[in-house]
Amino acid sequence: MKVSTLTRGLLSAIKSNAICSTRSHFTYYPTKLAQGVRDVQKMNMFQAINNAMDLGLEQDSSALLFGEDVGFGGVFRCSMNLRDKYGKDRVFNTPLCEQGIAGFAIGVANTGATAIAEIQFADYIFPSFDQIVNEAAKYRYRSGGLFDCGSLTFRVPCGAVGHGALYHSQSPEAYFAHTPGLRVVIPRGPIKAKGLLLACIKDPNPCIMFEPKTLYRAAVEEVPTESYTEELGKCDILREGTDVTLIGWGTQVHVLLEVADLAKKQLDIDCEVIDLVSVLPWDTKTICNSANKTGRVLIAHEAPFTQGFGSELAAYIQEKCFLRLEAPIKRVTGWDTPFPHVFEPFYLPDKHRCLAALKEIVNY
Amino acid sequence: MPGMYRDALKLLSAHMRQQVSRMLQRCIGCTAAKLPRPLAPGQPETSIAEQKPVVQEVRLVRIAMDFKLHKLELGPDTLVALTALEAALYLRQLLAIRRLEAASAQLYKERLVRGFCHLSTGQEACAVGLCAALRKEDNLVAGYRIHGLAYLMGATAVGVLSELAGKSTGCAQGKGGSMHMYAPNFYGGNGIVGAQVSLGAGIALANKYRETGGVCFALYGDGAANQGQIFECFNMAQLWKLPMVFVCENNNYGMGTSAWRASSNTDYYTRGDFLPGVWVDGQDVLAVRSAARFAIQYAQQRGPLIMELCTYRYAGHSMSDPGTSYRSREEVQLVRQRQDPISRFRKVCLDISILSEQQLRIIDQNVHDEMEKAIQAARHDAELPLSHLGSDVYSHSCTEDKLRGVFGHNLEHSKAVCVKN
Repeated sequence: MKVSTLTRGLLSAIKSNAICSTRSHFTYYPTKLAQGVRDVQKMNMFQAINNAMDLGLEQDSSALLFGEDVGFGGVFRCSMNLRDKYGKDRVFNTPLCEQGIAGFAIGVANTGATAIAEIQFADYIFPSFDQIVNEAAKYRYRSGGLFDCGSLTFRVPCGAVGHGALYHSQSPEAYFAHTPGLRVVIPRGPIKAKGLLLACIKDPNPCIMFEPKTLYRAAVEEVPTESYTEELGKCDILREGTDVTLIGWGTQVHVLLEVADLAKKQLDIDCEVIDLVSVLPWDTKTICNSANKTGRVLIAHEAPFTQGFGSELAAYIQEKCFLRLEAPIKRVTGWDTPFPHVFEPFYLPDKHRCLAALKEIVNY
Repeated sequence: MPGMYRDALKLLSAHMRQQVSRMLQRCIGCTAAKLPRPLAPGQPETSIAEQKPVVQEVRLVRIAMDFKLHKLELGPDTLVALTALEAALYLRQLLAIRRLEAASAQLYKERLVRGFCHLSTGQEACAVGLCAALRKEDNLVAGYRIHGLAYLMGATAVGVLSELAGKSTGCAQGKGGSMHMYAPNFYGGNGIVGAQVSLGAGIALANKYRETGGVCFALYGDGAANQGQIFECFNMAQLWKLPMVFVCENNNYGMGTSAWRASSNTDYYTRGDFLPGVWVDGQDVLAVRSAARFAIQYAQQRGPLIMELCTYRYAGHSMSDPGTSYRSREEVQLVRQRQDPISRFRKVCLDISILSEQQLRIIDQNVHDEMEKAIQAARHDAELPLSHLGSDVYSHSCTEDKLRGVFGHNLEHSKAVCVKN
């Protein structure tokens, strides 16, 4: 806990200036912590997640990690060397059955042991949707607190990757945000990913962490080597501003940071960029404070428009901040079609579309 | 079973008749020069198709490896007839799939193919043998390793390679990509593991209801064999006696996990419990064809059946998987040397003298030319225009004119018109 308060203090010194690499539709903006305070190491996101799981398995002797192909390191190399270090009875492959994996994980967590279950791609989570929504989310409620699967964490790679097409690019956070009883988080980079995963593992509620797969290699930051947790249910204000609030999560945060830069340069608009981090429960207070301050809100996400999580944010903000809003809340999202194969560049809410929408609400 | 022998006898008797008529012609003073002759060495060759087959050569071949049966007394034929035309056709198809996969890999490395690309190199015999047994009324539904199956079911090489490259001449007009290829009677092409088997059960039910006499083959792999919905389908199919064949292409690895690490029972042909099953050597085209023919008959008369094709893939799970982190290179090499489906079939053809070396060369060249043309088409054809971002989301009649939730592009609901190759 002390570590997390330290982190919050340090995060106020975040500078996002050095641009790492330009990949597909976004440019990565690394989070930089204040220098010289803690022992750091340059890691990309899958290394940070690997580190988090290593620490999690070390600190909790009941922790198990399982999923499809995690034994040899996983398809994204997040579980490299863990089987060698902790043994086959703690890090093991499951057969190809997502519903089985989810049900099994819930059972493990019910006994109090920590379960870290990996669903290989978010697009495959649907067979386990029933288990997560009907069992995991409702266990504590229906048993009156007698049983709960709080020591359960799902790790699910999600999001567009440039060539994923229909079934390797989906962002299903909206489906799970609709289920009370769950926690849903999405990191934007290695530092966040490590902290969030450790927080999810320790959190006494079933958590799902959706990891944007395109950031596994693209996102490189100086990550603290010790064990630390990020606060769940809190969003991060990455850049302070006065004119417009830009809200996003995961990969989209980096698109919005670039849009903020462009807006400053081209239109002299000061944008406040917020990473939502926690989709369920989301930080209503910080977001509403920001909306009240700027009066204009733009929400961006890769998932389709209708019933995307942006609709929940928009509905809530307009209810709480109606009189302080200067323009309708704008959502820039993926289209209402299945995630396309060759049309991906036109589907994603890239910086051009976001900037156009920004101009629209500023000139409202 | 008697049908097979009847066919063989028919062919043999035709052969006999030919021989007799030759003899008679000689007797009535016709010179040998006037008789039709087989190709002599050194004689200029024309393509197989142009050559008039002198005699419909047929041979009887014994299947190398026995079938294993589960809850069955009688199994598929172990002695099968093979005609010269069939041999040439199967070999051509085997080579075509091998070349097609090589072309796909080539295009992927050139980054013309984006997305995921799952090659079936090494599993050609399963596809060729299955499709050799299919009749016009039968259907096929499979997972994602389907380039070869799509090609055999009518997608053409241009259709497959262009689809990979996302061009409008692809078999799904470029909207599906590697995993979503479709053709008449071939329902794809599915990315979600195991989902296709439930579809297959539905297709089989429709066949039964409409009395088409067709049988549905639902293909899945050893990894998918552990999905819950497969077992749900076993139950439904047996309960309602659906004309369906469950085909498990067991290539021993579910991506990075070996079959024996994923399944408590690796005898996938017995996994249906009360459903009868057949284990087939999947690297032998004739064995697969024999089993498929048997399965069609069984499915029509008695009900569902499981066929396990024991096969192997040389490439990794997909182009992003080198395929060596969970198995040794030596293992792959060993299978390539000893159990390669093309080498085995080629050897069989030569051993029984149903095809000559020269004919094999012509087939090779033929395949090479077809694939070259397809690669060029994949490279140079045009993609679908942007207006098709929103085509085929809904059927046109059921919703409003403009696509909801697509701003700025002003797209209407439309149907991607199939571009003829």
